[in-house]
Amino acid sequence: MLKIENLHARVEGKDILKGLSLTVNPGEVHAIMGPNGAGKSTLGNVLSGRDGYEVTQGSVTFEGRDLLALDPEDRAAAGVFLAFQYPVEIPGVNNTYFLRAALNAQRKQRGEAELDSMQFLKLVREKLKVMQISDELLHRAVNEGFSGGEKKRNEIFQMAVLEPKLAILDETDSGLDIDALKQVSQGVNALRSPDRAFLMITHYQRLLDYVQPDFVHVLADGRIIESGDKSLALKLEEHGYAWIAEREPAGAQA
Amino acid sequence: MNQQPARPPLLESLLDAPLPQGAAWLDAIRRENLDALIATGLPDTRNEAWKYTALRSLAQRRFVEGDAQAATRDIDATALSLPGVAGPRLVFVNGMFRADLSQLDALPDGLEVLPLSRALAQDDESLRFALSHRYRDVADAFTQLNAAYAQDGVVLRVAAGAVIEQPVHFSFIGAAAEQAAWHLRHVIALGDGARLNLVEHHLGLGDAQQLATSVADIVLGERAMLDMTLLQQAAADASLVRRTSVQLGVAAHATLHVVELGGALVRHDLHAVIKGDNARLDTRGVFALRGRQHVDTQLSIRHDALNSASESIWRGVADQRSRGVFRGAIVVAEGADGSDASLSNKNLLLSTQAEIDTKPELEIYADEVKAAHGATVGQLDERALFYLRSRGIPLAEARSLLTAAFCRAVFASMPNEALRDHISQLLLLQLPADQVA
Repeated sequence: MLKIENLHARVEGKDILKGLSLTVNPGEVHAIMGPNGAGKSTLGNVLSGRDGYEVTQGSVTFEGRDLLALDPEDRAAAGVFLAFQYPVEIPGVNNTYFLRAALNAQRKQRGEAELDSMQFLKLVREKLKVMQISDELLHRAVNEGFSGGEKKRNEIFQMAVLEPKLAILDETDSGLDIDALKQVSQGVNALRSPDRAFLMITHYQRLLDYVQPDFVHVLADGRIIESGDKSLALKLEEHGYAWIAEREPAGAQA
Repeated sequence: MNQQPARPPLLESLLDAPLPQGAAWLDAIRRENLDALIATGLPDTRNEAWKYTALRSLAQRRFVEGDAQAATRDIDATALSLPGVAGPRLVFVNGMFRADLSQLDALPDGLEVLPLSRALAQDDESLRFALSHRYRDVADAFTQLNAAYAQDGVVLRVAAGAVIEQPVHFSFIGAAAEQAAWHLRHVIALGDGARLNLVEHHLGLGDAQQLATSVADIVLGERAMLDMTLLQQAAADASLVRRTSVQLGVAAHATLHVVELGGALVRHDLHAVIKGDNARLDTRGVFALRGRQHVDTQLSIRHDALNSASESIWRGVADQRSRGVFRGAIVVAEGADGSDASLSNKNLLLSTQAEIDTKPELEIYADEVKAAHGATVGQLDERALFYLRSRGIPLAEARSLLTAAFCRAVFASMPNEALRDHISQLLLLQLPADQVA
């Protein structure tokens, strides 16, 4: 589904990703862990098409298409979703209106019929039930005045409505208390399916207690230096990233 | 006598028209204002009030006073109606009152409204005070022109205590008549405790190079309440110069919503004087410009009484090669202790070739005053744009969504929901959904 090969990217003239390769198949949940500055968020931003990230080498294909050649909105329509580390507040734009505009823009791009307001409302009601989100959030402006937890839950709610094929969660667990973390995790788990893949970018292991990954990768200095199953995350938790750093010379030579 | 400045074609073509004739007192006022205009000429950009609006190109044009066919031009009355506005209506076509298009039957108790032309024909003595102003400042050139030549407009009075529920609709139509110039003069008074809802609509039907001036004097008595919406949709080639003066009595409350969408060269002087203690003024305004439009708003508010309040929220959006100007001047006069004045002006540039000039001014001569003002000019938030796009909303749509949201702060307080929705739609239509900066 997603194939990243030897990806190099720079931000403001600084090389951040230095030869990252990763393959994600439908139904898989991958966790990408790493210390601060390893390039975790850069990966999410490059995949979703944010300006200011220059890919200098390598390729990313999504279902056989060159993902890097697509505009952000076309990536979304193709089925890529990024849950933001810092969701943006948009005063004056109603959450429901925004979500319907987004869904219909994607459907239009894919040649599907747009949903009218009744159909959309029905869909939203179903998703609300799954996400355990109060519909009060829907009547407010997008993320405006939301608490940190509400913002993250709103990201997951958007994901539920937009039903992407690949969801990239950029530090979705950061800044959440344990209850909010549980709610967000439940939302993610409810969306797991054989057709949908997840890429969870995280600094901490604790999210992985609630959303169990199939694969864990360690990102350091712009490359994946270690991959394994979920036990790798536990090892990291136990020994810290310093443990990886010590091993890195060996990994680099391999 | 000073030597008169050389007259530009604009004045040469207009000032040779004979002055209207009527009551002797009015004829004299017309003459004096005309003489003042002849003596001072048009302001140039060295004049502070016209610093950002050059009249050079307008001054080179020639116009004809009035439109001989104004009474008979075929107008589709349904095109004039506005959602949520179904009360009494006065329609003027190219400066002339049109009874056939207006609706003045069965006026509610306490409301007196008639065209100025009719009031003058009846030699309405009560107008004498309102129309006796002599404008002397060169900055008021168009007001002088208006005072000299205006023959029609609206005279509206609300009796003390009367509550007029249905919005009264003024419709000023510019119908295609090349080079026509016209002038409208309005006198509006709300008695003590009176309430009025007013919608002023400037609408261009058919394009033509025209010049219109409009001068309105609005006086609110004690505890009077006015809710007024001014929607400007002049034709693309039209020049429109307006002056709205509002005076508030004790504990009066005026709320104004101003929407500027049309016109080529548009100027609006909105002057308010808070004369009565505990009075309140709320102004909200927005312009959304494209092409080569030039729209200049000069807001001035003077607090002249105790414990008075004013809150002003204005937004501007300029795209393509358009230019927006906003000057917001608040004066809290000596003795106006306990006043609370705030002004916010935020602007959005959608193109590198557009320009917005904003100038907030605050002068305080009283004690115990709360005052806040701020002005910004910026661009669309790139983070918000990316957020919308990452959810699948195409760039052009994302831009127009954010721009409309930016303007929304101006309407949140508009009580007439149907009219508010209509104006939101008009704004969306005016905003570009089809191009990238």
